[in-house]
Amino acid sequence: MKNYDKLIIDLSKKGRKAYALPDNDVDSKPLDDYLPKELQRVTEPYLPEVYEVDVIRHYTNLSNKNYGVDTGFYPLGSCTMKYNPKINEDMASLDGFTKLHPYQNENTVQGSLALLYDLGQKLSEITGMDGFSLQPAAGAQGELTGLMIIKKYHEDRNDTKRRKIIVPDSSHGTNPATVTAVGYDIIEIKSDKNGGVDMEALKAVLNDETAGLMLTNPSTLGLFERNIAEISRLVHEAGGLVYYDGANLNAIMGIARPGDMGFDIVHLNLHKTFTTPHGGGGPGAGPVGVRADLVDYLPYPTVEKKEDSYYLDHNRPKSIGRIMGFYGQFGVLVRAYTYILTMGAEGLKRVSEAAVLNANYLQSQLKEHFKLPIDSICKHEFVLSGTDGLSQYRTLDMAKRMLDYGIHPPTIYFPLIIDEAMMIEPTETETLETLDRFIEIMIKIKKEGEENPELLHNAPITTVVRRLDEVKAARKPVVKWSR
Amino acid sequence: MNRYIPLTQEDQKYMLEKIGVKSIDDLFSDIPENIRFNRKLDINQSYSEMEVRKIMKKLSDRNDNLDDYASFLGAGSYDHYIPSVVRHIASRSEFYTSYTPYQPEVSQGTLQYIFEFQSMMGELTGMDVINASMYDGATATAEAAIMAIRVNNRSKVAVSSTIHPETLKVLETYCHFREIELIRIPETDGKTDLEGLKLIDSDTSAVIIQNPNFYGIVENVAQIEKATHDNKSLLIMSVDPISLGIIKSPGEYGADIVVGEGQSLGIPQNFGGPYLGFIGATEKLMRKMPGRICGLTNDVDGKQGFVLTLQAREQHIRREKATSNICSNQSLCALMAVVYLSVMGREGITDVAKQCISKANYAMEKLLETQKFKRIYSGPIFKEFVLETTLDADKIEKALFDEKIIGPLDLSRFNKNKKNQLLFTVTEKRTKEEIDKMIDIIKGVQ
Repeated sequence: MKNYDKLIIDLSKKGRKAYALPDNDVDSKPLDDYLPKELQRVTEPYLPEVYEVDVIRHYTNLSNKNYGVDTGFYPLGSCTMKYNPKINEDMASLDGFTKLHPYQNENTVQGSLALLYDLGQKLSEITGMDGFSLQPAAGAQGELTGLMIIKKYHEDRNDTKRRKIIVPDSSHGTNPATVTAVGYDIIEIKSDKNGGVDMEALKAVLNDETAGLMLTNPSTLGLFERNIAEISRLVHEAGGLVYYDGANLNAIMGIARPGDMGFDIVHLNLHKTFTTPHGGGGPGAGPVGVRADLVDYLPYPTVEKKEDSYYLDHNRPKSIGRIMGFYGQFGVLVRAYTYILTMGAEGLKRVSEAAVLNANYLQSQLKEHFKLPIDSICKHEFVLSGTDGLSQYRTLDMAKRMLDYGIHPPTIYFPLIIDEAMMIEPTETETLETLDRFIEIMIKIKKEGEENPELLHNAPITTVVRRLDEVKAARKPVVKWSR
Repeated sequence: MNRYIPLTQEDQKYMLEKIGVKSIDDLFSDIPENIRFNRKLDINQSYSEMEVRKIMKKLSDRNDNLDDYASFLGAGSYDHYIPSVVRHIASRSEFYTSYTPYQPEVSQGTLQYIFEFQSMMGELTGMDVINASMYDGATATAEAAIMAIRVNNRSKVAVSSTIHPETLKVLETYCHFREIELIRIPETDGKTDLEGLKLIDSDTSAVIIQNPNFYGIVENVAQIEKATHDNKSLLIMSVDPISLGIIKSPGEYGADIVVGEGQSLGIPQNFGGPYLGFIGATEKLMRKMPGRICGLTNDVDGKQGFVLTLQAREQHIRREKATSNICSNQSLCALMAVVYLSVMGREGITDVAKQCISKANYAMEKLLETQKFKRIYSGPIFKEFVLETTLDADKIEKALFDEKIIGPLDLSRFNKNKKNQLLFTVTEKRTKEEIDKMIDIIKGVQ
């Protein structure tokens, strides 16, 4: 069914139905009696009229055009595309979790509150922080929450001159975008030749306008920041706070903790490290942890415990405020909690060991064939240049060719500081055989590119569609179906 | 040996040899000694699947779930019927284990349902463009305020006091840190005070209203629209998509930006999340929008396909100049909504809306007949309404709960001045029997 190319609206036929409601059993009046004509809609929405089998077949066919972790290897750097355990899904769909209204009396949701409280405790221990908010909906909202905390902290001390956030040039795009979102200015500092923070560059920009620094560790190059303790010391000395982007926690669980590195605020991506599914782009969850004296700034409500019962604390005068309509992505949090129960302390440490071993193995085998700009032990991922200046094809072409071999390509052209970057993160849930197959395909594609670059330029050829015209899509955007 | 980690002792030995190190510890030699974590994490032991299931079941059993109760509680999270089809499609792991569709050739499934989501929501709201979704209705509203500022470079945003109080709180948080001044238009008689619209001036970028509003009342949008546009401000409307089966759409009113919470469309209540925020706009404002947008195009062979488009607005390209820092969408929830809307179709969405409005009105009339309630706000309602009671709100809640009914929301939760005001919600799921039973129980409350 690779050539299935219908929109659901194309299946529509007047008179078909996929729903059945019970008869309305109350005494009902004409609509006009409830709602004056001028408040009623006039244009009928152009929605499909199909029957149930159409719906099932249509979306089943669409699903067949997708590649997921359950399909195969997904070494997408910085995304931690590990296996999403099925028990997590089952637990998150228990009626006792899904069929709950957020405003139910707290006595009737003690199980959910207990889960949230305990998850916060566990994440605090894993990161070495003193308190967590589980509300942020995603990593980017975690960053936003973190920077709001930094700003509120300075505001409360009347230190409003501090409006600058320092970010390394290897950072993820959300870091600078978040700086703008809280009305701060960004200072980008260059990385040194080993891919770490350039300490001299850092010292040169630290002053009484420094609000804080955002750092991803291990970095987007997959390297542990050796000077990390010194970095946080310097920023603190200048009066700023340090924010730890925990997107790459998968490398260091049970081995090192942001709190012990002197960090004030950290966010985690539960959809990366803690196996909740990426869902084709979301929902994820980006809980934020803080050190003790910043706990009061966390978004409200927080989940608190009193004797044997749990409650939501809305009375938090120093809090940055509310950041979500309700309490965050609860269903995602249930999955992460299930995963932590499954793994335990030793399991989580083993995750990081295996993730780092897999990445180093791939790196050691691929560096014989590709340029590795920074040659040192990596953590959970590494970055190589897919091509050099002499190649007749680009990293993009390699990535597209990889699709023909049934593998999802690595992240490409990120981080921005590496030419023709290919960022590879195997995760711990892959076998040696899968890794060897990937190495073999990488080498094979390189050889194909050298012998017949056209083959790569034309790739992919086996996918349901081939390369798409993105320029056309953006020039005259078609973003909905036409009547 | 862990069931998610396939590494054998033999594999490990071989790989370490190939890497050229002696032990796994050597791979962590770059972490300075003084910041190493040298004890075991104090969390939990590892549990087998059977044990995990027991622990989780026990936790979930400590909750009273709505399967066993008839719920008259809404206020932003609604108990609408979810057809079986929705969960079956959303459980397909080709969908839920995939990443953001940055490699469109192997993500056509995700991209197409996003395109269909944008189309259906565009049809319902009457807007030209809807994005691939936002975290929730509250954050979508905050993003709309920021978007409006970007469009006309004015400094303030006005918001009606009749929007959901927690949406207002989120808006306050986002605006405070973004340094946007927020003006509150007062309410009168449970609706946006039309006189209060005089507060908007030439610095006011946009006016935000919710329709039906937090009290369930259908607002006088036409007049608000006129005052807003006379001032060359943008009109931002927050709507419940279910209501659009019968209520005049933002597009028909001439709104510039539309936002809302899409949980009503086939998404479980989930104790508050994950839900489905949406944001849409007129074509003119498309390039100022936050978040992902999917567009139609063709491949090199001319075959139709979909891609993420207008990415020059987004953080991974524009960094600090991006329209928002958002880096995800609620894709899987958008899938649930798209399947729900496919199942309901044009007629179903109207039928659901009609049942809501007639059952809510029935319940309101019957409650008023008890003489223990009075209406304090006038105007047409959709699926929610506020009544003031002479009874003790806590007693009502308890009496109903004992008889397996989740009662209305006590508005004093959000506003101390609204003591004894109860917000009832009646969806198509409530039966006459349940409504009558609720009223009988309330009659017995002393």
